[in-house]
Amino acid sequence: MPNQNTYKLPFTVLIILLIICFLGNLSLGSVSIPTTAVFKSLFTTIDNESWQYIILNYRLPKAFTAILVGSGLGISGLLMQTLFRNPLAGPFVLGISSGASLGVAIVILGAGIFGGSLATLLLSKWSVVIAASLGSFLVLLSVLAVSLKVRDTMAILIIGLMFGSITAAVVSVLAYFSSAEQLQQYIFWGFGSLGNLSWNELFIFFCIYLLGLVMSVISIKALNTLLLGENYAKSLGLNINQSRFIIIIATSLLAGTITAFAGPIAFIGLAIPHMVRQVFTTSNHKVLLPAIFLFGAIVMLICDSIAQLPTSDYTLPINAITSLIGAPVVIWLLVRKRKMMF
Amino acid sequence: MTKTIQHTILKTKNLTIGYTSKKQQTVIASSIDIDLHQGELVGLVGANGIGKSTLLRTLTKVQEPLNGTVFINNKSLFETSHLELSKSLSVVLTEQPASKNLTVFELVALGRQPYTNWVGNLSEKDTTIIEKALIQTNIKSLKDRMCFELSDGQLQKVMIARALAQDTDLIILDEPTTHLDMYHKAYILKLLKTLAKNTNKTILFSSHEIDLAIQLCDRMVVMTNNKVVSDMPCNLISKGIFNDLFPKDMIAFDKKTGSFRVKK
Repeated sequence: MPNQNTYKLPFTVLIILLIICFLGNLSLGSVSIPTTAVFKSLFTTIDNESWQYIILNYRLPKAFTAILVGSGLGISGLLMQTLFRNPLAGPFVLGISSGASLGVAIVILGAGIFGGSLATLLLSKWSVVIAASLGSFLVLLSVLAVSLKVRDTMAILIIGLMFGSITAAVVSVLAYFSSAEQLQQYIFWGFGSLGNLSWNELFIFFCIYLLGLVMSVISIKALNTLLLGENYAKSLGLNINQSRFIIIIATSLLAGTITAFAGPIAFIGLAIPHMVRQVFTTSNHKVLLPAIFLFGAIVMLICDSIAQLPTSDYTLPINAITSLIGAPVVIWLLVRKRKMMF
Repeated sequence: MTKTIQHTILKTKNLTIGYTSKKQQTVIASSIDIDLHQGELVGLVGANGIGKSTLLRTLTKVQEPLNGTVFINNKSLFETSHLELSKSLSVVLTEQPASKNLTVFELVALGRQPYTNWVGNLSEKDTTIIEKALIQTNIKSLKDRMCFELSDGQLQKVMIARALAQDTDLIILDEPTTHLDMYHKAYILKLLKTLAKNTNKTILFSSHEIDLAIQLCDRMVVMTNNKVVSDMPCNLISKGIFNDLFPKDMIAFDKKTGSFRVKK
């Protein structure tokens, strides 16, 4: 685009903000560590071993997780909004989140039914991750299978929502027969969590995320073509079915792994693309995609910093913070007079 | 028109259009033989529900013909991939673009998609063609405006510019004058006439503006209940084809003025 230069300033600002938020996120936490020590610990060893440990093995992976979660959810939200031509679509419209919830519910709430040693095995962290991935993957597979038969994109959107309702109902039934302790555990998963990821887990998370990101970048041209509508896109030689398939897979890789590792994080995926469109006043995905990557990461880092309640021993559920920020944005979007853009 | 040897852009051979459902075939029109040549402005007219849209959908490879073949640049439509076709046929549809949160330039630039690289970067040649399309449709001044700010008439020009930017031999427009006032109806059709003449592209449009089409078109395709006829407007008038267009008890075609009159 010829006016690409006009975007240089906002992008520079976003990159600087991201660095500031990243360092700020590392500096804030229940244990107060001076910022200079945080800097030092990143590059050399510092005298205080426990500080070094906290930063390298707790705060650093958590900050990276926040970046992956924020950017990944934002981008998958953008993909869904463009594909479904619906400003209220988010990464979870295809039932990804409810599928993951079902998987986790079966593992946590169902553990009581199996009982004994199997229960302890099921409750290990990896089993939750695998259950969430499997759950979202299976729901998505059903949606994809249906989408091959149903050509109408809007119908797929509704079918995704229907699958969501079905899985939510199954979760309710499971919850009804569960003990209070199990319920609490399930609800805690639902709060979302950016911490507790080891470097190994983070590496696996990153690999799948990267695959989803690459597929999103490949789809930029298709997404821009889809801004004209499917019929125009077809007349421009776009292979609609193939593009739709790649976009849906990219979304599920991004949103699916994020839900598996960090729980169902609300609102970020829906709200971030709208916030970025307000700042950049365009729907051109060549601009939106990198901007959402940066903006999503920044917002998630800030949300995480707030959730840590710096200097206190408490940590608020991350899902509560994202909703507190996300919900007013959605309301603001609906109240705004101008027609919603996507 | 002088009788020089003209390059045929679009040709249909014994074409039957309609729909296939599980049980049966519904034929909308049959034995359609049309030849459209380079640089011609062609109007497709017919009553509501006669099958204009079905014909256009068949010509643009959105739906399969029941029988017969469509040739674009002497190549059968069904041996042409969608990407190949996008370099010889562009369309302006009745539907609005899904998103108008783009500048006019960005929207017109989308017409270059079949030619650009995997991420859609514009080359210098692309930019030149886009600028030319903006000038040809007189919307250079709107270049940096957002599409949601435009009036219907302006947006229609932008969509035509987008089709021009696609740089195809044939442009097909589905009712480009609906929702427009008298002035803009005439303006858009005159614009199409100028474009066909200056760019040597073949432009086919469907319309209910029969009076305007008779005055401006080089050739018209008339769809009636019995047949589909394609000829120059004056020949069509002398053959009395327009009389069959609508039920005779309501409206009659006046040969002298070349327009329709309501029967009192």
